[in-house]
Amino acid sequence: MGMIKQSRVGPKFSFATSVVTAALMLTILMLSASQRANALPAFARKYGLRCSACHESWPMLNYFGQKFKDNGYQLMNDRDAPIWQNPGYWPVTFRITPIWHRVSTGKVDIDTYSGGVLSGSAIQRVTSSGFDLSGLDFHTGGTLEKNFSFYVLPSSDPTASFHFETVMARLDNLFGSSWLNVKLGKFELDNLLSEKRILTLTANGGIYQLYHFIPAGDGNIFGQMGDNQLGVEVLGHSYDDRTRYSAALLSSNDGQVELSYGNAYTGFVTFSQAFDTGKAGVQRIGAYAMVGEAPTTWLTTGGALFTGANGTGPAAIGNKSFSREGFVGQFYFGQHADLTVVTQHGQDSAWFGQGYGDLIDGIVTNNNTTGTVLPAGSQAPTWNGVLFEPHYVYSPQLIFIGRYETIRMSQQADGPGSAVPSASNLGNISTYTIGYRYNPFMTSRAGFAWHNEYNWLHSDGTGPNGANINTSELLLGFDFDF
Amino acid sequence: MRRTLRKWSPFIAAAAVFALAPALSAQLTQYDLEPRSGMESHIGNITGHAKDAKADYRRFCVGCHGELGDGNGENFPWLDPKPRDFQLGIFKCRSTPTGTLPTDEDLSNTLARGLDRSNMPQWSNLTKQQRADLVAWVKHFSPRWVSEKPGTPIQIPAEPEVTPERIKAGRDVFAKVQCWKCHGVEGKADGPSAATLTDDQGRPILAFNFTEGARPKCGSTDQDLYKIFMTGLDGTPMPSFADNIKPDEAWDLVFYLKALEPQKSKEKAIAKQLGLKPVDPNAPPPSGQ
Ligand code: HEC
Ligand code: HEC
Repeated sequence: MGMIKQSRVGPKFSFATSVVTAALMLTILMLSASQRANALPAFARKYGLRCSACHESWPMLNYFGQKFKDNGYQLMNDRDAPIWQNPGYWPVTFRITPIWHRVSTGKVDIDTYSGGVLSGSAIQRVTSSGFDLSGLDFHTGGTLEKNFSFYVLPSSDPTASFHFETVMARLDNLFGSSWLNVKLGKFELDNLLSEKRILTLTANGGIYQLYHFIPAGDGNIFGQMGDNQLGVEVLGHSYDDRTRYSAALLSSNDGQVELSYGNAYTGFVTFSQAFDTGKAGVQRIGAYAMVGEAPTTWLTTGGALFTGANGTGPAAIGNKSFSREGFVGQFYFGQHADLTVVTQHGQDSAWFGQGYGDLIDGIVTNNNTTGTVLPAGSQAPTWNGVLFEPHYVYSPQLIFIGRYETIRMSQQADGPGSAVPSASNLGNISTYTIGYRYNPFMTSRAGFAWHNEYNWLHSDGTGPNGANINTSELLLGFDFDF
Repeated sequence: MRRTLRKWSPFIAAAAVFALAPALSAQLTQYDLEPRSGMESHIGNITGHAKDAKADYRRFCVGCHGELGDGNGENFPWLDPKPRDFQLGIFKCRSTPTGTLPTDEDLSNTLARGLDRSNMPQWSNLTKQQRADLVAWVKHFSPRWVSEKPGTPIQIPAEPEVTPERIKAGRDVFAKVQCWKCHGVEGKADGPSAATLTDDQGRPILAFNFTEGARPKCGSTDQDLYKIFMTGLDGTPMPSFADNIKPDEAWDLVFYLKALEPQKSKEKAIAKQLGLKPVDPNAPPPSGQ
């Protein structure tokens, strides 16, 4: 069944040997539209605002843009309803990025030949470079009527094969209160540091590792805060948007349609408060928590996976729990410099740690059937991570970006009591990204950026024979939307 | 003859553009503005500096108000009403008498509130400092701020208790000073003059419709309403009635305006109870006048 096919976005360190292939796949996937942002010249055109009014640097929002979004894509004046638009106006924006990039992956097990005959294998670095494309994003969004808004984003990979990245409808200012808004559908979680509005584009630097981290060998794909999720969200904010909250109830299926993972739910809550600190600007601090359950047991029929009936996917039970929580800070230092910090403490049930949970490519790799017991010494994998992202905004048209992320395991799935205990640093990652984006012009009609970026990622023990892997990517390109 | 004229019309148009070019270049330039870039604003204990707003102005405002503050940003052709030309130094929302400059605080409040029924957004989540800096920057576009001081804010007496008598008296004021000529007898912006109103630039402008639940541009509190008709919206046909309406009567009128608005209010409830009728333009002036 087609829908079981995983769009595995985010690094997955579950199978050490497949990490390299995964990295290459990721390059393609990350460059595909699924990670791309919601920058809408359609909105700029509607209200007569320049991109820079809402975007610190397109596509990342500033506080004005955040408030606009929080109000359901409304400026909260009488021009919000679509009736104000010329009937010929269509709220549509396309985004695509032609690029040149060079991807270099360390420690790949490559076959060696002698006299034209396979003679063994050797570990080596693999490097590819050339011209390439991102996928195409087809953003449409706006108001259907005052306080009724929508967002639909069909998004393609670089071969123009489409999926729905975002589909949601919103009701805003219920009972006349900015504290009560509801959205339903598939949407980005209320991450203050939005991955869909990330300023970087490389495979590993174009996502926040913290939002997709999965310990080595772990089968929990459901805790990826960076992926758009299916669910319902209640959100609200004070009039000036200084205080914000959101609470979402999500299906534990990583945004995949047709009930492909049974009956499990996840909650995601956020809260943040901003402070006016005079000359320095607005400082915001907040916290988030994701707590959920996901299945580990797959029903089988005739010994094979039960693939579903009446348009639903496989049926699953045996829910186990997981959690991610942390703090977020957005600090401004005057008009040009800012720093965002995100922390995370994460934990998966020991079952996920042993590879139960995900249904990889429709194949039950591990199935928690009646009587299954965990291997001796199994523990709940636990980790801590932190992300620092400084920006220097020279002007609305030129931004310099840096990022450093590190994630450290504090408890491995295979604990000291296991037959083969894991090294304490297995699956740790560190990555840094630097880059800049230059917009040669700034109008209310279209966006265009010259983009240049370098990313380097190190992961511990996930290569062949437990080797560490270093991956790097250099990328140049034109990122535009219209 | 006609035909030849039409044939030549592109050339005539081109010639007109050339003829106009010197006139256009006679407009203010960045160079003329430079000496005023030291402009300050003072709001409470915050001092705004024009220079510090340069980046924010480019980020947020320039697409409408233009590099030179003349309202000629790239969105000018598409907007109605048109973005304000700051070089004129004329502002709608003031606590100061008609014809005078607004206070810095007036301008900062306007930024935070935005101007409803126009594309001017609310800038309420900029910091107070950013707004103060932007106010100073807005001021630096007009020489008026060098040659004149802002007016003295009008005195607003304490708000009295709402009574049925006051609401009735307010209706009489509405009739007497002829608000209805523009705003209509029921406040629906359909008075006899409504269709022909233009602003100082000669652009058609609509009077305010009280019955739609719209937010007045210059604020919706009782004090704001008082200020609106006692100071006028400069640059528009909405005059100041400071010379025609006494302060106590002004409060009566505020209460009557609130009774016209659709929002639930004490005034509305009382007016309903009274069975208050719209003013009759043909009726003799109320007794005692
Ligand atoms: C999308 C277009 C747009 C943007 C962006 C915009 N304005 Fe305006 N602004 C307007 C329009 C239109 C008016 C006139 C409205 C009217 O006359 O009713 C106006 C009027 C004003 C006024 C006059 C208020 C009065 O009392 O008469 C000020 C001051 C002002 N804007 C400041 C700003 C500042 C500062 C910014 C940037 C932070 C800004 N505007 C951004 C469209 C815009
Ligand atoms: C000559 C016509 C005219 C007369 C007479 C007139 N108005 Fe207005 N009024 C206008 C126009 C035009 C506007 C809209 C101005 C704008 O939108 O910029 C307006 C706007 C208003 C507003 C809304 C202001 C805002 O901030 O949006 C109020 C309140 C108001 N008038 C009250 C009155 C009252 C009370 C009277 C009588 C005392 C009165 N007007 C008399 C033309 C008039």
